[in-house]
Amino acid sequence: MLDTLILSRIQFAANISFHILFPTITIALAWIIVFFKLRYDQTDNPVWMRAYRFWVKVFALTFALGVVSGITMSFQFGTNWPGFMARVGNIAGPLLGYEVLTAFFLEATFLGIMLFGINRVPSKVHTFSAFVVAIGTTLSAFWIIALNSWMQTPSGFELRDGVAYPESWLAIIFNASFPYRLTHMLLASGLTAAFFVAGISAYRILKGDPKRAPRLALKTGLVLAAVFIPIQIFVGDLHGLNTFKYQPQKVAAMEGVWETERGAPLLLFAIPDGEKKTNHFEIAIPKMASFILTHDLNGEIKGIEEFPNDHPPVAPVFFAFRIMVGMGILMLAVAWGGCYLLWRRKELPNWALKTLVGMTFAGWVATLAGWYVTEIGRQPWLVTGVLKTADAVTQIPPSHVGFSLTLYLLVYVILLYAYIHTLKVMALKSVKVEEFETKEPLAGGSLTNLPKSTQEQSKGESHE
Amino acid sequence: MNEAASSAAYWLPVVFIGLMGLAVLVYAILDGYDLGVGILLPLGKEDEPQRDTMIASIGPFWDANETWLVLAIGLLLIAFPIAHNLVLMHLYIPAAIMLVGLILRGVAFDFRAKAAVGHKLAWDRTFKAGSIITSLAQGYMLGQYVMGFQPGWQAQLFSAVSALGVTAAYSYMGSAWLVLKTESLLQERAVRWARRAGRATLLGVVSVSTINPLVNPAVFDRWFSYPLVMFVLLIPTLCFLAFIFNDLLLARLPKANDRHSALPFTLVVTIFLMCFIGLAFSFFPDIVPGQLNIWQAASATASLKFILVGALIVVPIILIYTAFSYYVFRGKASELHYH
Ligand code: HDD
Ligand code: HEM
Ligand code: HEM
Repeated sequence: MLDTLILSRIQFAANISFHILFPTITIALAWIIVFFKLRYDQTDNPVWMRAYRFWVKVFALTFALGVVSGITMSFQFGTNWPGFMARVGNIAGPLLGYEVLTAFFLEATFLGIMLFGINRVPSKVHTFSAFVVAIGTTLSAFWIIALNSWMQTPSGFELRDGVAYPESWLAIIFNASFPYRLTHMLLASGLTAAFFVAGISAYRILKGDPKRAPRLALKTGLVLAAVFIPIQIFVGDLHGLNTFKYQPQKVAAMEGVWETERGAPLLLFAIPDGEKKTNHFEIAIPKMASFILTHDLNGEIKGIEEFPNDHPPVAPVFFAFRIMVGMGILMLAVAWGGCYLLWRRKELPNWALKTLVGMTFAGWVATLAGWYVTEIGRQPWLVTGVLKTADAVTQIPPSHVGFSLTLYLLVYVILLYAYIHTLKVMALKSVKVEEFETKEPLAGGSLTNLPKSTQEQSKGESHE
Repeated sequence: MNEAASSAAYWLPVVFIGLMGLAVLVYAILDGYDLGVGILLPLGKEDEPQRDTMIASIGPFWDANETWLVLAIGLLLIAFPIAHNLVLMHLYIPAAIMLVGLILRGVAFDFRAKAAVGHKLAWDRTFKAGSIITSLAQGYMLGQYVMGFQPGWQAQLFSAVSALGVTAAYSYMGSAWLVLKTESLLQERAVRWARRAGRATLLGVVSVSTINPLVNPAVFDRWFSYPLVMFVLLIPTLCFLAFIFNDLLLARLPKANDRHSALPFTLVVTIFLMCFIGLAFSFFPDIVPGQLNIWQAASATASLKFILVGALIVVPIILIYTAFSYYVFRGKASELHYH
């Protein structure tokens, strides 16, 4: 029988996996949208306004999904992990609180002005609103990643009777893994949004869209991806070194190292076997793992055996890590190849466009894989060295958790389908429809669901 | 005041219960009107333009409105983690149902505008269903909370009444909002909705507030102990007067030049305020009725101080830009435009 612990873990994983799909797009897409709007303000070229108006609709939809799935998240700690709040609530609470106070209200309120205010506020205020929304999403990532990093590498606190009390908030927020994790996550978001924008634009072009806006968006996406991906690989490497220092058992699982060894090989492929504590079908580059992690061909890597009963399951961490890195390398090839073609030929050939369409959600795959490495690699701890996952779970009967889990999964499957389907509909619609009223951003409600407010009315009121 | 009373450990929880109360009240008012609009959504084929206007009237606000719920639950979690755990453990299933309702509602709102034309009605249905589910679930949870999570059919019955009451109250709020934000035919319709919803709400409030002191002896003592009773009875009196006055007013609306169209909304806000004060008065300083008070449930003083500093700086700023947003979107909402 599935017990409450397993069900709660599955439920948490399902909820956060669904949630992160949307923030990972919106965090960076918000900045891309600001960029489009700024370019329009600068150049007065309507094509930037067209790009802006298409992507702001996609943004609104994605944001809505992010918000509703996020509200579910904020109940999760209380419903399923009461031990978490009881033991580390003094630390987790304020960090979550600051996220609400400084980020959520900011983004939610200015989102309203950004989406519906285009003919109600001066263009500058409108651009400013888009900017504030982007700040809000990034701030929100800052706080939640601070909390998550603290759970990975806790510092700045004191334990009294098993309960954590804060000692230094600076040490709590800027804990050992935080700078790496935040940078890596923001770049992941940048890459996800870049491929997302490039992919949907490529789809429009493939469907025969003759306009310039999708071409500009495609170029923006590709160039962004090409710039971000090498940095991401570099930061990923630093992140790994940091983890090697603070959570060696996680790295052992990532690299599939069972016994402590010097000159450990880099496994390109293997099937880890948790029962026999060994790998099958290894394909390896000798000494490379040691070299990457210790910068010495004969450096020592601690194996799983050193952490009896205190290490994560190897196989999922091992595979998820390879999926993430594999996606990273694929992204590198596609982004650089695409930029090269674009530079040489101005217009991408069909096969290249199709490749980009195929990569539309590549960021999702890599991001989820990355989070699975991080979160499963932390097991059996919920807060490393402080609180075990099993000690935090709720006492609710499994049937209740089973019920809610089923409900959520059902809703998520439907929504994911509706989301992707609607993106397709929007892209197709924009191919046929002459996009938007572009000359005068002040004229006529042309945004998604804009309340019509006549010019006279708003002018009249402003004279009052 | 003795020494304990003046210490931070004493007053911080009081400040935080105040902040949390504020968040709950603001949430009930703000999300109340947009849930209400969802509950009232007419689904006939010919109603489509009116649906567009109704939804346009809440478009720029719903997201920020829901954030007050996140703040309320966040404050409960930050300041009173034990209570948070206790409450959510008891309300596990209705909370899950409410969340699904909120999800459906939030996404339907956006999907309806972007989906293929043929699916619009389906998303409108989802929007309405999501709003009703959310309201019923919230009312049910309120009922359970007031009953101190006792088992048994009486508690279930009370919670059912409370579920219907809250749904009626949200519709009341929603229709008053529409009276304020719309014009002509839709406004007239909203006026009729408001009268009906007002009477249903009155029924709900009366039954909930008669049953509550009858089943909770502590609440009874508090309300009906002399000399407090003189002062305290003001609350129900004011509440009742607001109901009556609003009903009379609605009978005369809409008036020429749209006079007094903001008054029903103000009156319903007053009613919400009175009900809220009434509830708070019944239970303070218990945070879980009869089981836990705010000092027993509070988290570490250092954590409360850290977040209080931020809250004192940020909450006024939030209020300012919220006001700015309502200022930007003042005036009547009209139909939606797609291009
Ligand atoms: C790295 C980014 C990131 C991560 C890991 C999370 N979130 Fe999130 N969240 C965001 C980034 C974000 C965001 C970018 O701020 C959102 C996404 C939707 C949106 O577009 O805003 C958001 C929305 C959002 C909302 C709705 C806010 C509103 O009302 O406007 C809540 C309540 C949460 N989240 C809560 C959580 C919790 C409890 C998490 C973890 C356990 C979590 N999020 C992980
Ligand atoms: C956003 C991307 C994230 C993803 C995809 C993700 C994924 C996961 C997964 C797969 C698990 C289950 C691990 C297991 O039980 O083996 C998990 C657990 C958990 N994560 Fe995350 N996580 C993310 C972010 C966060 C953040 C930001 C926090 C906290 C601030 C967090 C807190 C937790 C908690 C409390 C659990 C439950 C206990 C556990 O099973 O370990 N996660 N997450
Ligand atoms: C190709 C080279 C890459 C390397 C060497 C790398 C390295 C790492 C490492 C070591 C971790 C786990 C850190 C820990 O939990 O302690 C991690 C996590 C993660 N990775 Fe990567 N990564 C790479 C590419 C990518 C790409 C392309 C993306 C997404 C577009 C991505 C997204 C993530 C995410 C979201 C996490 C979880 C959050 C975090 O811990 O930062 N990674 N990565």
